[in-house]
Amino acid sequence: MIRSVPRSRWFDGLYLAYLVAFFIYLALPLTVTAVFAFNDAPFPSLPWKGFTLDWYLADGSAGRTGLFHDDTLLSALWTSTRIAFWVTLVSVALGCVNAVLFERLEFRGKEFLYLLMLLPLVIPGVILGVSILVFYSGMANDLSRTWGIELDVFRPGMTLVVMGQVTFIATLATLVIAARLRKFDPQLEEAALNLGATPLVAWFTVTLPWLMPSILGAAAMAFLMSFENFNTTVMLTGSDTPLTVALFNRLREGSTPVLNAVALLLMVGSAILAVLAMGRSRGKP
Amino acid sequence: MNSGAARLSLWLLLTPFLLWIVLLVLVPHLQMLRVSFQVRESWDTLAWGLEQYQNFFTESYYWRTFVRTGVMSLFTTFLTLLIAFPIAWYIARLARGRARGLLFLACLIPFWASELVRTYGWMILLRESGLFSSWLQALGWADGPVEMLYNDVAVIIGLVYNGLLFMVVPLVTTLDGMDENLVEAGYDLGGNHATVLREVVVPWAMPGIVSGCIVVFMLTLGSYLTPILMGGKDSAWFTQQIFTQFITRFNWEQGAALGVLLLVLSSIIVWLGLRLTGQSLRKVMG
Amino acid sequence: MGVESDLFCSGLVRRFGSNAAVDHVSLDVPAGTFFSILGPSGCGKTTLLRLLAGFDRPDEGDIHIRGARMNDVPPNRRPVNMVFQHLALFPTMSVGDNIGYGLKRQKVPSAERRTRIARVLEQVGLPGMENRNPGELSGGQRQRVALARCLVLEPTLLLLDEPLGALDLKLREQMKIELKHLQKAFGTTFVYITHDQSEAMVMSDQVAVMNDGRFEQVAPPEELYREPATPFVAGFVGDNNRLAGKLESVRDGLADLRLDDGSLVRGRLGQTAPNIGDRAELFIRPESLVLGGDALKSEYSSLRASVTATLFDGANSRLEADSAGQTLYARLPQDGSAPRLREGASLQLAWDPMLARVFAPGAA
Repeated sequence: MIRSVPRSRWFDGLYLAYLVAFFIYLALPLTVTAVFAFNDAPFPSLPWKGFTLDWYLADGSAGRTGLFHDDTLLSALWTSTRIAFWVTLVSVALGCVNAVLFERLEFRGKEFLYLLMLLPLVIPGVILGVSILVFYSGMANDLSRTWGIELDVFRPGMTLVVMGQVTFIATLATLVIAARLRKFDPQLEEAALNLGATPLVAWFTVTLPWLMPSILGAAAMAFLMSFENFNTTVMLTGSDTPLTVALFNRLREGSTPVLNAVALLLMVGSAILAVLAMGRSRGKP
Repeated sequence: MNSGAARLSLWLLLTPFLLWIVLLVLVPHLQMLRVSFQVRESWDTLAWGLEQYQNFFTESYYWRTFVRTGVMSLFTTFLTLLIAFPIAWYIARLARGRARGLLFLACLIPFWASELVRTYGWMILLRESGLFSSWLQALGWADGPVEMLYNDVAVIIGLVYNGLLFMVVPLVTTLDGMDENLVEAGYDLGGNHATVLREVVVPWAMPGIVSGCIVVFMLTLGSYLTPILMGGKDSAWFTQQIFTQFITRFNWEQGAALGVLLLVLSSIIVWLGLRLTGQSLRKVMG
Repeated sequence: MGVESDLFCSGLVRRFGSNAAVDHVSLDVPAGTFFSILGPSGCGKTTLLRLLAGFDRPDEGDIHIRGARMNDVPPNRRPVNMVFQHLALFPTMSVGDNIGYGLKRQKVPSAERRTRIARVLEQVGLPGMENRNPGELSGGQRQRVALARCLVLEPTLLLLDEPLGALDLKLREQMKIELKHLQKAFGTTFVYITHDQSEAMVMSDQVAVMNDGRFEQVAPPEELYREPATPFVAGFVGDNNRLAGKLESVRDGLADLRLDDGSLVRGRLGQTAPNIGDRAELFIRPESLVLGGDALKSEYSSLRASVTATLFDGANSRLEADSAGQTLYARLPQDGSAPRLREGASLQLAWDPMLARVFAPGAA
């Protein structure tokens, strides 16, 4: 089972075959999706009719509308980007504050609050969306009915989507940043004080640079999770639909290679983001 | 330094946390619970009652879907664990150097695409006009198009695929921390593959196993896209019914009750899982 | 308070709950001194150092540095720098930035900063290492960077918290001597805490032996070794044999001790003298024990013992002997003067009573 324990040739062969099968299973759906973004046919299926960039570039004149001319999808992409931006900002800020709170301070009820912090991880995403919809949208409805006050921020829309996603993404950001803070030697801060820094300066010159890789990692993760989220988002979205919801609606109408084109774009985008985040954190102690 | 400043900084840090947890988690869920006990008598009058819950138990379609969702989620979680464990073991213990990092990265690849994209990929492969069907015909193993989508097997394939990453990562992390001498000692003292696995490796990896299982179970139970896009007419998922109540029928009271039930189910199963394995939430998730 | 003293503390107390980690400690360190605080782990020396650095506040007593009272001065305003136990080099900064960190806080312009960093690096023997990462350095080099980071600020007082603990034995020996030279070269007052007596003895001008939150004795290393003031110091500083018995008589500062097997031994009475008839302990160093029976001077005190083992360790070779259940060690000179001894052989161990110390039994 481990290198030092002898294994039979037969067992090794079987293990290797299993590994290969596993990684094929992992890669197949994504590869297929990517490849069919370039098939010169109206449906993403065999036979292969030749290579084309129509599904990105066609301007609609020949009956095909490519992604870069598809206003619905482009505006959905923009909506998703704005949502992801705010979710990332709020979640990472909350994550930093929470990490310091739970790793560096001692107070009564800390254990209980920590469990509360973990709670969003064991609530299904749909429920997170539903509960926020019921509370905030319900509140907006009640206010409108009883006093005629219109609180449109709490109607389904971007604000609610951001709130819903922050609910659980903030927990993940906290865990990532807290894990890094746990490895921080508090003596470094004392050393900074000892060398003449005020506590605030010590935090910004010593602790924050130490946390930076984890902050960037958390930001990349938050952005991806927000961009890809469907379950919470679909309950809270209003008139400007984010990309996943727009794609879902498109998919129910029937699949076209434009969907493959979007999918490939998303994969490349996420891959670049992931590589950037990992590249930043590599080489740092 | 002095206690006044310490108190101030504690409150400064505590406030954002409390705002988040109270306004986004606690209050909305309590409100959902409250709404689930309301009965709409006319368009603007509400009364208290258990009608929503009664509906759930009398309408067999509801609770059948509920049970089905729970059982299939558990099965999917178990299957994911079985599939992921040898992979995690290989990455953590057998692969070396560069191969190790690359394999680990490869496991993360599905995460680069959203659930929707992943499901879409499987649809392209499995449907009647899909790749598998075409290949089978080309090989002469099938006479006409074969429909492999829209059944429970397809749903489970998709769900396992979605969960794998969240199982592999915690498993690799815990197995990585295991001292190989433990395994060697297990063999040295006369154990065979099965006993060493059962008595040394699995107990060691338990926190990772539980952590992975909880995440995968939660994801599966709460998933919406995969069952609705890959499942057939009989493979309804409970989240779908919640969605229908809220979005299609505007029946918030019924939807809230179903939401509460799903939350209760997930809490009970997670709690049971932690109890049975002797782990704590803090240890496996934090 | 001495005019020349860099550090002056009086009646320092720091309690944790009911336990006083630092218990009425007073000290006075003249400028330019290498002052060590030596004690076993848990004796309160780290707490004392943290009081001096300002990371903790005393419950009672005052700290003065160059005559200025420091009790209410936060750590970043004290003219005190510290070399931490694990060095605490900032891992996110280069060597140059680590050393420049304090200068930057003092708003020293960047050109001057660069020259001062270059100069101090040269002084500690690491010229041109500014752009290296602390992680790439060897243990000894990291040590020197940590020192340079403090010394570049020209502090009144440099605190060192067992900085050599993490080094391997050979490097530690080398760094001891180097630290001593650096301290002389910079002329900065060093306060060095350690549990390793050899570090304290080799480097210090003055050593304070600390036990249980209190100073047992403050003296130059040699005096500490030759004239221990308390049984704790006698037992802790250097190797020592300890014989327990009852005080029989005292004459001219010399005490006679009746051991439990009835034999009578003699030694000079220490500062904490027991009463006649009380239990007492006699300390005699292994190198003060003379082997063999013939050439003994008449005033020597002696004891019969049997050889248990000879422990060969080059210049530190020792003989282990047993005398009525009490284990004694004697030095075995390797210049051929010591007799060859077999296990079980009986022999006479003798010593000059002026070299032995008699104390009332100590707590430790």
